[in-house]
Amino acid sequence: MTSSVAARDSLESRTQSGIAPVFDWFLVAAGAAVIGTLVRAMAFTPVELRQGPAQKIFYVHAPSAWVAFLAFGLVAVAGLLYLWLRDLRLDRFAESSAEVGVVFTTVVLITGPLWGRPVWGTWWTWDARLTLTLFLWFVYAGYLVLRGAIDNQEQRARYSAVLGALGALLIPFIHLSVYMFRTLHPQPIVMKPGAPSLPNEMLVTLLMAFASFTLLYVALLRARYRLSEARSALAHQEGGDA
Amino acid sequence: MTAIEAHGLTRAFGRRMAVDGVDLSIASGDCMAIFGPNGAGKTTLLRLLGGLLKPSAGTATIGGVRIPSGDEGRGAVGVIAHATMLYGALSGRENVEFAARLHGVRNYRDAATAALDKMHVLDRASAPVRALSRGMQQRVAIARAIVHAPSVILLDEPFTGLDYAGASALTVLLGTLRVGGAALVLVTHNIAEGLAIATHASIMREGRFARSEKRASIDADRYQSEYRELVSHGT
Amino acid sequence: MALSALNAAWLIARKDLTIEFRTRTAFLSALVFALMAIVIFYFSWDPTAIPAGDLAPGVMWVIFTFSGLLGLHRSFGIEQQDRAIDGLLGAPVAREAIYLGKALANLVFVVGIQMVAIPAVALFYNVSVISVAPALAAIALLAAVGLVAVGTLFGSMAVNTRLAELLLPVLSLPFFVPVVVPAAQATAKLLNGRPIAEVDGWLRLLGAFDIVFVTVCMLAFPYTIEE
Repeated sequence: MTSSVAARDSLESRTQSGIAPVFDWFLVAAGAAVIGTLVRAMAFTPVELRQGPAQKIFYVHAPSAWVAFLAFGLVAVAGLLYLWLRDLRLDRFAESSAEVGVVFTTVVLITGPLWGRPVWGTWWTWDARLTLTLFLWFVYAGYLVLRGAIDNQEQRARYSAVLGALGALLIPFIHLSVYMFRTLHPQPIVMKPGAPSLPNEMLVTLLMAFASFTLLYVALLRARYRLSEARSALAHQEGGDA
Repeated sequence: MTAIEAHGLTRAFGRRMAVDGVDLSIASGDCMAIFGPNGAGKTTLLRLLGGLLKPSAGTATIGGVRIPSGDEGRGAVGVIAHATMLYGALSGRENVEFAARLHGVRNYRDAATAALDKMHVLDRASAPVRALSRGMQQRVAIARAIVHAPSVILLDEPFTGLDYAGASALTVLLGTLRVGGAALVLVTHNIAEGLAIATHASIMREGRFARSEKRASIDADRYQSEYRELVSHGT
Repeated sequence: MALSALNAAWLIARKDLTIEFRTRTAFLSALVFALMAIVIFYFSWDPTAIPAGDLAPGVMWVIFTFSGLLGLHRSFGIEQQDRAIDGLLGAPVAREAIYLGKALANLVFVVGIQMVAIPAVALFYNVSVISVAPALAAIALLAAVGLVAVGTLFGSMAVNTRLAELLLPVLSLPFFVPVVVPAAQATAKLLNGRPIAEVDGWLRLLGAFDIVFVTVCMLAFPYTIEE
């Protein structure tokens, strides 16, 4: 009994600092970086000739998609590591990353049609990458539903890890199926071998957007992770099994 | 020969310690009765020994093999639990034969017949289990658990639902198994029932053994009242 | 003394099929569902605008997916009822063998539905499947393996959650996309009289999905049943 009490005490003292309300400077800084990038995108980056102002959405759309993939990739990595190491902190990390990832996927799914309407002339097209994003949203929405349906935290961590890892494995298969179905999407511009075809100013803005959105991801992940820790500590104190 | 051994066996569910540092050692041919009120951790302890739960800490070995073990090592245990572990749509014989075959019993038909016969349920063995009464289902469940001649048998309130004939058949069966060298762990809250079979007795409370002794040194009537006192005085 | 993994899997599959054959509840309800859906789908399109033959592949694959789910959930429901799963887990049998056995029984279930539903679609939608029968059977089998591989794993997970059968479609359907899309597209091509060479890519995608997900789901299965 003594060892378990000691373990519990150390856990509580460790998470106590996480419960205390803190002003999240990191989150504020990341938010400021994103706003700064968007101001630059709106006011100080030239308007693309063919697409007009609609192209500005690109500065939100593309980095959000990048963050979503990053987030879900890390869900899978954390899940595999959990199955190996059985450390519940990895599960809290996966949970946080999945939630933030779903938010960014939602942003991609909203900005995609907003951009598509003026440029493609239709809100929704069954374009390969947009469709893939939609299915990703379904997979990780299912992931969050699964988490909500299990009370035992060890079992929840295990099942989530399995689903998270399988989800990452599913991505290339969905991509192939919808790609073979058909594609309309503009081909990647920055990643083209040789000189990027994007004008310099746009490229700088885009790279800034990628950097600031990644920063925002890390900040949100951190905040969400602290919430998970606090919740788990609270459940411990109440004797429950969150 | 020691059949079951556990050191500091612990299992937590969230914060609750269902089993909290249990040590035990049971020799072949012995029967340990574990008494305790509801929620004392008796069932969890059995599930740990049966390899159906992973311990949070501590170790347990069955016949020298650490559990939970690899696939090969699992066959030595027979479990009689609250749930019957039977398929309702299959007959008693099919259920018992299926278990025998899963355990690699070569002569599974004869083994099933013998097991069902020991529980006096052979004449109802071809009816679907679903159509049997609870007591009859329990008899089939017991036959299922012992069909592969396990060297360790874990029994969780095995007398539940059994009528007089079923209970005496079980008592005889457990005696035979013990003589055959099997080690038994019997979980129950019925003291008289447990003491009638046991060679050792333990009282479990809040996940730990509050006391353990040999049956020979126990006076049944005094044990009853001491048990009640021990259990009613919580921490 | 212990059984080989394949023998154990076969034993478990036969046990599941015996139970299903005795009760027939899941198979009959899945079959009735499939037939009703085939008929109702027919009335949800304008037959003067879209020929029934163009609808047939889509109808077929949507129906297989949903009727398959009915069987997949039951697969672990029968294990859960009186904790028969504990009997399997306590036996000296590899966890992977349990997965294979359950999946094999589920495969027979889905293929059984297909064997009634494909002729029914051919009949009601007036398409000829006889000339393309071998190719269609290959597609149906490849797709069924994929559906069952994922569905068996998620069935084992769903049954241990508070949502139980409600969760199975939520988890499974996104994973069915890379099965249903190639299967429906390949079926459409075949029914339109295109040569089998044109569906080669789709078949390879199905085959790759099967290999990857049968392997991975089998490896993941033990994690869904330990406690």
